[in-house]
Amino acid sequence: MLTITVNGQDRQFDGDPNTPLLWFVRDELGLTGTKFGCGAGLCGACTVHVDGVAVRGCMTTVSEASGKQITTIEGLSADGNHAVQKAWRELNVPQCGFCQAGQIMQAASLLTKNRAPSDAEIVEEMGGNICRCGCYQRIHAAVRLAAGGV
Amino acid sequence: MYHEFEKNIARRAETTNARALIENVSRRGFIGGVLKTSGVVLALQIIPGGAAGAYDAYPTGAAGMPRGVVNDPHAYVAIDADGIVTIVAHRSEMGTGAKTSLPMVVADEMEADWARVRVIQAPGDEPRYGNQDTDGSRSVRHFIQPMRECGAAMRSMLESAAAAKWGVDRSLCRAKQHHVVLLKKGKGDGEKIETETRLGFGELATAAMSQPVPPRDKLEFKKPEDFRYIGKGKTQIVDLHGITVGSAVYGADVRLPGMKYAVIARPPVVGGKIKTYDAAATLKVPGVEAVHEIEGSMPPAKFAPLGGVAIVARSTYAAMQGRDALTIEWENGPHAGYSTAAYRDEMSATAKKPGKVIRNQGDPDAAFSGAAEVFSGEYHQEHVAQAPMEPPVAIARITDGKIEVWAPAQSPYGAREDIAKALNVPIENVTVHVTLLGGGFGRKSKCDYMIEAVQLSKKLGGTPVLLQWTRDDDLRHAFYHTTSVERIEAALDKAGKVVGWRHRTVAPSILSTFAADSGYQFNIEYGMGFADMPFEIPNIRCENGQAFAHTRIGWFRSVSNIPRAFAVQSFVAELADKLGRDPKDLLIELIGSDRTIDPKAAGMPEDFWNYGEPYPQFPIDTARLKNVVEVAADKAGWGKKLPAKQGLGIAAHRSFVSYVAMVVHAEIDAGGIIRVPEVTAVIDCGFYINPERIRSQIEGAAVMGMSTALYSGITFKDGQVEQSNFNDFEVARMTNFPQKVTVHIIEPTSPSHYPTGVGEPGVPPFAPALCNAIFAATGKRLRSLPTGEKIDA
Ligand code: FES
Ligand code: FES
Repeated sequence: MLTITVNGQDRQFDGDPNTPLLWFVRDELGLTGTKFGCGAGLCGACTVHVDGVAVRGCMTTVSEASGKQITTIEGLSADGNHAVQKAWRELNVPQCGFCQAGQIMQAASLLTKNRAPSDAEIVEEMGGNICRCGCYQRIHAAVRLAAGGV
Repeated sequence: MYHEFEKNIARRAETTNARALIENVSRRGFIGGVLKTSGVVLALQIIPGGAAGAYDAYPTGAAGMPRGVVNDPHAYVAIDADGIVTIVAHRSEMGTGAKTSLPMVVADEMEADWARVRVIQAPGDEPRYGNQDTDGSRSVRHFIQPMRECGAAMRSMLESAAAAKWGVDRSLCRAKQHHVVLLKKGKGDGEKIETETRLGFGELATAAMSQPVPPRDKLEFKKPEDFRYIGKGKTQIVDLHGITVGSAVYGADVRLPGMKYAVIARPPVVGGKIKTYDAAATLKVPGVEAVHEIEGSMPPAKFAPLGGVAIVARSTYAAMQGRDALTIEWENGPHAGYSTAAYRDEMSATAKKPGKVIRNQGDPDAAFSGAAEVFSGEYHQEHVAQAPMEPPVAIARITDGKIEVWAPAQSPYGAREDIAKALNVPIENVTVHVTLLGGGFGRKSKCDYMIEAVQLSKKLGGTPVLLQWTRDDDLRHAFYHTTSVERIEAALDKAGKVVGWRHRTVAPSILSTFAADSGYQFNIEYGMGFADMPFEIPNIRCENGQAFAHTRIGWFRSVSNIPRAFAVQSFVAELADKLGRDPKDLLIELIGSDRTIDPKAAGMPEDFWNYGEPYPQFPIDTARLKNVVEVAADKAGWGKKLPAKQGLGIAAHRSFVSYVAMVVHAEIDAGGIIRVPEVTAVIDCGFYINPERIRSQIEGAAVMGMSTALYSGITFKDGQVEQSNFNDFEVARMTNFPQKVTVHIIEPTSPSHYPTGVGEPGVPPFAPALCNAIFAATGKRLRSLPTGEKIDA
């Protein structure tokens, strides 16, 4: 039996310890904000935080996450008003929106460790997150905007 | 919620039957000419505007779509006693903003306060809402009129209800921001002054809904200067908050009690069958509960599933593990020989020979035999998968013979029809609930994944099941964008003038997915930048060479316009280089004089397809096409001097009855990587309603254009797709994308510049503009997509 803390709550899991965090939060906990885009660490749709740092939920197992603090998009902020979320809304970033939870989690992680990222640092950090709708211009701008407000 | 609408519909029957009224009017004989209508189409939109109208009604291709349009407020609007106005979004939301933009039009016309509007998504029900096939960049262009009519009718009904309450004439009641205000006569002639007396929409709701729906020619429309939301671009998409906090519901996010999770192992070659399979190891995977065979199909089978073995489990992960443990031996069938390299050579050889003549203008044979010189170019594109960020997924359950599906569906009513057919049940027994779509791009117009889910639920005795496609599934079992060779030849006279044009297209057709494959394309494909080529050249021939499909061909955002714009617009720049001309000047010269092209005189086919729109209202207008070129060139500083290894390229293309031009600024970096610091895009989509979403669509189109130009290709070997995920089917990322896309929207200069497409027309010009820019930067010409991101320069 593993204990994983998700969005501040302790959750138990007695299934396959190799289950990716992505499927644990989606199928076991019903936290569906974290998305499945590739299952291979190639798109970032599944990005969650482990102890505040962005990781790919599809490449991190439940056993690796056990004993750690997991944050999903649902738990990024109590009221949905994290600076990154606000910036996303202010600049009307999303199109279909499917990649955006992952993008937001990635951006929030970046700004936690680096409050004033350069353009190159934003690209470096966000380069793993695909947006098939092509919102990159606004994502980039929103990270900059949020950097002022973190 | 829906029973509210049921009630409203029932109530309508008791009061005035708007539909009957409308149909009577239409029988007066207005329908005709370019309009091919089916009997069920509401004719509201083609009744000439009455004296009251602030704009004149005009015909659109909506009349030719299944179940046309509906503009009845009883179907689209509900008002609660507390004043909350619920507006139905009947088109699917996949990123274009349709779910916001159309209800916003209703709200604006009815004077609802957007802050008190709630938008709900309709299930697939075209008899009630009109056509729901969210495809072809049609949502606004087909539904702006019915939505304005719906809003204007609702406003009128609210005013009539207030008039009845106050016992005054309706002319003394004016809807304004969620209230109806009582007016009194002023001193001036016809002058009316607002009083303090008013009733909220909530207070009027019941009475308003009992009012007869006024006919189209009695409707008063708002004047553009009175719009609150239309044209402003200040209205945020309705799901914006939910998207940013993770509560927005996509296909896989619906949770039903007792729901199982499943994946399917499908035949690697289209039409393949299971020889044998062994599920012993699969059934040992913890969480796996069952294994079922799913029946397959051989094209042409429309959207029928490919078949295979389904693994049902307690979680998606267990199902995927179970699939990994499965061993299947396949019988590959007749398409196992499909190989990209050989097929390309075949297409290229076919393009060098005469094909079936699709368009003939003047005497091209004479022009070519008498030419001083013939200049030619051949352009190629690989297959592409739509690869929406959300892979296909559907949830199905069957209760007492009633099938329910939840899915990201571009065409929910079409899906309902196909599910009913596949399961052999009446359509009334099928419900398709539409979730948000995590991108569509044409993939989610095809309901194969929904049929699979229903078939599986049936095998499970109706148990709810979530059928998840992995990315691998999505890339290997798509309905692919066609692969193509486009060959263009120009006959030049001694002075270097183009006197003849010959374009041969060779590509497997979408039609092969629906009907026996003749190897030829059909009018819809011919109409996309091929037979409708707008150049003023005296002798033109467009020919189609045969190419038989060996996979399922479908449509991808902007469809055949991608290879055609790539070919035609690259060719013009190549020709300009040969002639020592400026590519933009040559492009303008070739488009020629200001005119609306006469399709007949231009030798276009009898069944010339104009994106389904009536030609007189949506003609090929060369002045508008040239205008977007000129504006793009001007805004981009065309002709400016750039450092070494940088260049500008231009391209323009009319598609989905809109005009788009792009100037791409390309730069080859020290590592030889093609980069795009800037794109200047100009779109003329006529009367527009949501400029903010138009900009986001064009920004996105540039990124998708970049993916298609540099990165994304699907190739086949031995009938099997060679790509499996985003490592080998690459798409643009933030590491290399068009850095700054500036979008200019042309202000309509005539009331006849009706709303036209936005979702797709941004894609086609990008690849040729980029390749022209690369040529300007390096002198190297790229003629095959995807080009790869590196160039030796
Ligand atoms: S789903 Fe995890 S990186 Fe794509
Ligand atoms: S908004 Fe659609 S994938 Fe990013």
